[in-house]
Amino acid sequence: MPHQYPALSPEQKKELADIAQQIIAPGKGILAADESVGSMAKRFNQIGVENTEENRRLYRQLLFSADERINSCIGGVIFFHETLYQSNDDGVSFVQMIKDKGILVGIKVDKGVVPLAGTNGETTTQGLDGLSERCAQYKKDGADFAKWRCVLKISETTPSELSIMENANVLARYASICQQNGIVPIVEPEILPDGDHDLKRSQYITEKVLAAVYKALSDHHVYLEGTLLKPNMVTAGHACPSKYTAEEIAMATVTALRRTVPPAVAGVTFLSGGQSEEEASLNLSAMNNCPLGRPWALTFSYGRALQASALNAWRGQKENESAATEEFIKRAEVNSLAALGKYEASGDGSGAASQSLYVANHAY
Amino acid sequence: MTHQFTALTPEQKQELSSIAQRVVASGKGILAADESTGTMGKRLEKIHVENTEENRRYFRQLLFTADSTISQCIGGVIFFHETLYQKTDAGVPFPKLVKDKGIVVGIKVRCVQIHTDQPVCVSGLDGLMSSCAQYKKDGADFAKWRCVLKISDSCPSSLAIEENANVLARYASICQQNGLVPIVEPEILPDGDHSLLRCQYVTEKVLAAVYKALNDHHVYLEGTLLKPNMVTAGQACPKKPSPAEVGMATVTALRRTVPAAVPGICFLSGGQSEEDASLNLSAINQCPLPKPWKLTFSYGRALQASTLSAWAGKPGNLQAAQAAFTERAKINGLASTGSYVQSGQKDKAASQSLFTASYVY
Repeated sequence: MPHQYPALSPEQKKELADIAQQIIAPGKGILAADESVGSMAKRFNQIGVENTEENRRLYRQLLFSADERINSCIGGVIFFHETLYQSNDDGVSFVQMIKDKGILVGIKVDKGVVPLAGTNGETTTQGLDGLSERCAQYKKDGADFAKWRCVLKISETTPSELSIMENANVLARYASICQQNGIVPIVEPEILPDGDHDLKRSQYITEKVLAAVYKALSDHHVYLEGTLLKPNMVTAGHACPSKYTAEEIAMATVTALRRTVPPAVAGVTFLSGGQSEEEASLNLSAMNNCPLGRPWALTFSYGRALQASALNAWRGQKENESAATEEFIKRAEVNSLAALGKYEASGDGSGAASQSLYVANHAY
Repeated sequence: MTHQFTALTPEQKQELSSIAQRVVASGKGILAADESTGTMGKRLEKIHVENTEENRRYFRQLLFTADSTISQCIGGVIFFHETLYQKTDAGVPFPKLVKDKGIVVGIKVRCVQIHTDQPVCVSGLDGLMSSCAQYKKDGADFAKWRCVLKISDSCPSSLAIEENANVLARYASICQQNGLVPIVEPEILPDGDHSLLRCQYVTEKVLAAVYKALNDHHVYLEGTLLKPNMVTAGQACPKKPSPAEVGMATVTALRRTVPAAVPGICFLSGGQSEEDASLNLSAINQCPLPKPWKLTFSYGRALQASTLSAWAGKPGNLQAAQAAFTERAKINGLASTGSYVQSGQKDKAASQSLFTASYVY
């Protein structure tokens, strides 16, 4: 503890900090297009599309073909491993397409959740084996940031101390390894919205989890300025009888973050966690209008909340591709405004946008 | 860990938060006038004044009856137990005198240190709950508890870091239960020849542990203040960093560890000369990195050295002594908004280093 053995050189630190800043530049956020094969199956199932490698390629292609309007809204795209090595119809790699837009490429590196024995259905996340070599390769293949998702759950008996401590520790190990390979780690300690707990309880637990995460990051000598946080917003459980406004959600969330996330962290990129597209945008905008001091960028890292309308519009039909891409661009622009605190309810209750995207016990 | 059992009501939180805000209001800082009897002895010895209760009372009166302009730069005063119950010549209790100037009254709560190789903060927790309740009745609105850590080849150990963080969190929790804002002081001594970088590293480790402990103990951060050391090189380090370097290293360490919910950070002066303490504080406030908390002073020696010198125990020097105090208070008020630039004229007492090896008070 008394001596410092530098984990990173000043040059390495600068590279990481610059990458992080680029991703969360004002008005920009992240497209989480890193659904695993299994998760894509669920998405495609809902729109009656077969889950083949080609369909997954076609679908990501229509997202990545979006025109220059997304360049000012999207700072980074998170890829799934398979997608990192796919190309469009003209043979241009997806990585190249994204980079040509001035958008950074990220890669999901975790290998899914595994049970923690002796707990009430709690998990940790695996993927540390060979992670350093994988990161080195991903960096060569065009990735500049990574994502690793841990999952916690609220119930009468959870999250347990073990779950909080173990997930915080594995996130810190992952983060440390990424930084050694020039990759900015997005740290994602998701607390699921499943349950009937109220807003207060969610806030309390979020504070406990985040405090543990940042203690672990400190213990593991992680360079905070070269990291991003991807937390849940503080919301009540889905089965909670009380409903809360966007302002209440924003206040609870920003309060929790102010109490736990050091100002050195470049940005907070919220997960949408099953909120509808519209909810996710309104809540994000409310965050950015919260009167409390916010020393980090507050933006989005949305999967479902950026893609639901696009998927619905596409339905696997080639002739729907442009319409689908257009739906995606629309949501990207809306969330860009939200990241600046400038998005207000649109008035038109577009079907797919308002539909809750909650899937019980979400794992992807 | 799963359930919240409310430590504080919304009203209690509101009270604590507004006390903290008042202490670190813009342009203000803290006068640490809480020297124990033994420590006052060392101060008075230097100016050849006998360490009697009356002399201690007289000196504190000198400070508290200074020009009313000090209310613009002093947000809070930390008292020693004895002083809290002393009065002016006219019979006005010191707490009342200070409060009437719009300044918040604070109290140092007992913290006995064992003189071993590794300073460990011991005791003071016993009966703290009822002491705090009494101090609140007697006019205090905030408290201070100092823990000490040291840098050496083997220090600070993980144990020292964890134990001190834990006891600070216990103290903070108890204070808040009694309506007192806890100033949390994890001082890392400047003794040693370590570099600026080493001090920064250790400071980050210590503060990370402190804030994890405060979170574990359900302490309401918006109703606390932090009193850390600035990040400096050790006193025996051949290379002395500039104020700008001190500013950058200090703010970087704080940004990595202190949540934005903490309203203010009031630095200890730790043996720096009056002038260095002011220049460094100003440089900290000028640091280009974003700083979401107030960054101000909680100075003892660095506010009082010139005053003591000017007084020298002679009643005829009262005005000169008060003028010296007012001057330092004003300068530090400016420093707390990044507005203090070196005066040019080098006041001898102001530049003299106030370092005392392995400082205990």
